[in-house]
Amino acid sequence: MSWIPFWPDTASNTAVTVNTLAIGLFAVSAFICLVVYALILLFAFRYRRGGSADRSHRVKKSWHWEIGWTSATLIAFLVLFVWGAGAYLWLYQPPANAGDEIYVVGKQWMWKVEHPGGQREIDALHVPLGRPIRLVLTSQDVIHSFFIPDFRIKHDVLPGQYETMWFTATKKGEFRIECTQFCGTQHAEMGGWVTVMDPADYQRWLNDQGAEPDLARQGEALFRQLGCSGCHGANSTVHAPSLAGIYGKPVQLEGGRSEIVDDRYIHDCIMLPRTERVAGYPPIMPTFAGQIGEEDVLKLVAYIKSLGNPASAAR
Amino acid sequence: MTVTTFIPAKSTAVKNYLTAGFGIRSWLLTTDHKRIGLMFFGSVTFFFFIGGAAATLIRLDLLDPAGRLVQPDMYNRLFTMHGVVMVWFFLIPSIPTTLGNFFLPLMIGAKDLAFPRLNLLSWYLFNASGILAVYFLLVGGVDTGWTFYTPLSSQYATGHVLPAAMAVFVNGFSSILTGLNFIVTTHRLRAPGMTWFRLPLFVWAIYATSLVMVLATPVLAMTLALMSMERFLGIGLFDPAIGGDPLLFQHLFWFYSHPAVYIMILPAMGVVSEVIACYARKPVFGYRGMAYALMSIAVIGFFVWGHHMFVTGMSLYSGVVFSFMSFIVAVPSAIKVFNWIATLHKGWITFDAPMLYALGFVGLFTTGGVTGLVVATLAADVHLHDTYFVIAHFHFIMVGGTVSAYFAGLHYWWPKITGRLYPEMWARLAAILTFTGFNFTFFPQFILGYLGMPRRYHAYPPEFQVWNVLSSAGASILAIAYILPLAYLGWSLLYGKRAGSNPWHATGLEWMTSSPPPEHNFVRTPVVTSAPYAYPDPETLADEPAGRRPQA
Repeated sequence: MSWIPFWPDTASNTAVTVNTLAIGLFAVSAFICLVVYALILLFAFRYRRGGSADRSHRVKKSWHWEIGWTSATLIAFLVLFVWGAGAYLWLYQPPANAGDEIYVVGKQWMWKVEHPGGQREIDALHVPLGRPIRLVLTSQDVIHSFFIPDFRIKHDVLPGQYETMWFTATKKGEFRIECTQFCGTQHAEMGGWVTVMDPADYQRWLNDQGAEPDLARQGEALFRQLGCSGCHGANSTVHAPSLAGIYGKPVQLEGGRSEIVDDRYIHDCIMLPRTERVAGYPPIMPTFAGQIGEEDVLKLVAYIKSLGNPASAAR
Repeated sequence: MTVTTFIPAKSTAVKNYLTAGFGIRSWLLTTDHKRIGLMFFGSVTFFFFIGGAAATLIRLDLLDPAGRLVQPDMYNRLFTMHGVVMVWFFLIPSIPTTLGNFFLPLMIGAKDLAFPRLNLLSWYLFNASGILAVYFLLVGGVDTGWTFYTPLSSQYATGHVLPAAMAVFVNGFSSILTGLNFIVTTHRLRAPGMTWFRLPLFVWAIYATSLVMVLATPVLAMTLALMSMERFLGIGLFDPAIGGDPLLFQHLFWFYSHPAVYIMILPAMGVVSEVIACYARKPVFGYRGMAYALMSIAVIGFFVWGHHMFVTGMSLYSGVVFSFMSFIVAVPSAIKVFNWIATLHKGWITFDAPMLYALGFVGLFTTGGVTGLVVATLAADVHLHDTYFVIAHFHFIMVGGTVSAYFAGLHYWWPKITGRLYPEMWARLAAILTFTGFNFTFFPQFILGYLGMPRRYHAYPPEFQVWNVLSSAGASILAIAYILPLAYLGWSLLYGKRAGSNPWHATGLEWMTSSPPPEHNFVRTPVVTSAPYAYPDPETLADEPAGRRPQA
């Protein structure tokens, strides 16, 4: 009966990994339940009051039984633990060859997607078949969770944090996106569809999305428009750190700590500029929290990231 | 256990606790743990049906994939109400404050709890907070879920979050006072000869639960206070927009709320140990192992909270540690299941209602336990987290487990509490309906979960309808199974046969006194000389014809 679903579609490499693990876990669970129910029924019948089964020579010393089943369950559990933990570290760490980052911003109650080429979608995500895709997720307001059941992956989407997830789609078609972290009134409506396309179709789709400049270019425009360039620009007289080539480098902070300049650090410098101030610079940068949305922050991050790396270029 | 220097109370000579005083003052100002236990019984029953009404509406709404019965906001308020009421006003207090209150002193041979007035205060705090919570949940509603996750609860939710959090805050003090009372009572008021390893497992379970109550509940109070400070005063603690950390709230919340799960299940384990021993007419197999298992669950239960946060972006390696600890805490639970089964081996088993509930508990708890391992497995949880699989898992533990055990205990001790016998056949029917209805309600949710149906959805993709309809149909059987005892237990109060002091021929000090017990429990303080569950061995019953039930 096809109208009674028992198992979700398996449409990515991550889904295969989780399926194998889940089948293993379900088999172990079913076996344990079966043994428990069978023993209860067997003993309940055999040793019912009025039954004539032999009750002599009861087991009195229990300790070797206790040690026996304690070690047996412990060993079985450890095997499951190691299997699950190994798969988890693989699931949640994007491989080095994962392609361009696609940004996903959750807000009450929609998913906004920005491709590196500047293409934008709402409640939809187009990806090519067979290529590792890396998503960078953040939230505009409350905590959401980005879940694609047919890929067996989800990740919470937090305000003020960049989380990454990845997958390689292995099946063409449309697959549901759901929000799994309760986020208010229309939580159940917050969703959409992943469309998996042939790489050639995907390229065509990207090209058909209108001539928006890419994310970094959009970020550059914002950088001027918001007045960032007034202080951080090359000819500025204001005492503000230069942003050229800082991405991925450690920076010395006020108070002695040092941080690597990554998406999260740049985000926080824009939204909460007083908390992780670069050593030697006065606390004069205004916060942009409440003035620009997470999508704009992502564009600025993309721009700063694109500002090259003169040190390595010189080498 | 063997009891010496004990003279049974003559029922005519000594007033029992119910006839010791009449009128409303004799109840509302009582310090008798038995009366307070009964008053708690009234309160938690009331809240159980409030939470149950919310569940009924939820299941009705989910009959239809479009969820047209109630508006989305209403649905969100319903599941918040269901969660808040069932967790804090039913499951956590259920067994400890009713059966624990009533039987802890009786089982250790004490006249009352160590602090009778605190016990009464606990009941007042409980009702005040409960009525406050239900009032605010009804009039304006709270739409955060029982988990109050920030920044939704502190910055975005529109309902009466603060008063509801305040109610839960006050409720926590009731929990702490009850826990404190039980700990001191167990340490100080045991009858002569009642050493630690002569304590019935129910007492061990209540003791372990009380430790968790006293140590974990203050953290909930702090967490809710901090959340309220952010919501009310705008202090940036959890909302990153004002410099907070949203995961900090989850760490604090689950530091309480995971141990809270053990507050719910440990007393249930205690009840089931008493019942299985009585109806298998055997000592509990591996008694010491069972006591150690209870204590180790209580302790290790404090180190697993992070397994609620595997997909939050918490460090991957702390995820690995929390997964490992979650597997470790499952070991003592597994030991308990094996020991209950071994207790059945070579017993003289009868299938009275409490035993049916208890055997149902073992089966459902096992199912809930192994599926708990599934979600404790990191990579599987990435898919299953916040889906109906998790809903099914924890309902197997809390409803299949705790509620079944609560009913087992209620039936088992009903004759002692009321002095009356309930109609056995009706009770067996209710036990069987509970087990059947429960499986029909919650097993389909495992399938829904793996299919990817998220929790807290008032509407869902139409392909999931079959399983939701099956689940709702099962819930209607479950509803009948829960209402039925109200009828026949109520009936038994008036028309039930007189029970006598020990209708089940059970061991344990509570059965050595009359039913209902006299005001101060025992006419003379009992002296204990042997281990619990001294049901006779078949070897010592050589004269008995084979197959006959040994009479205690």
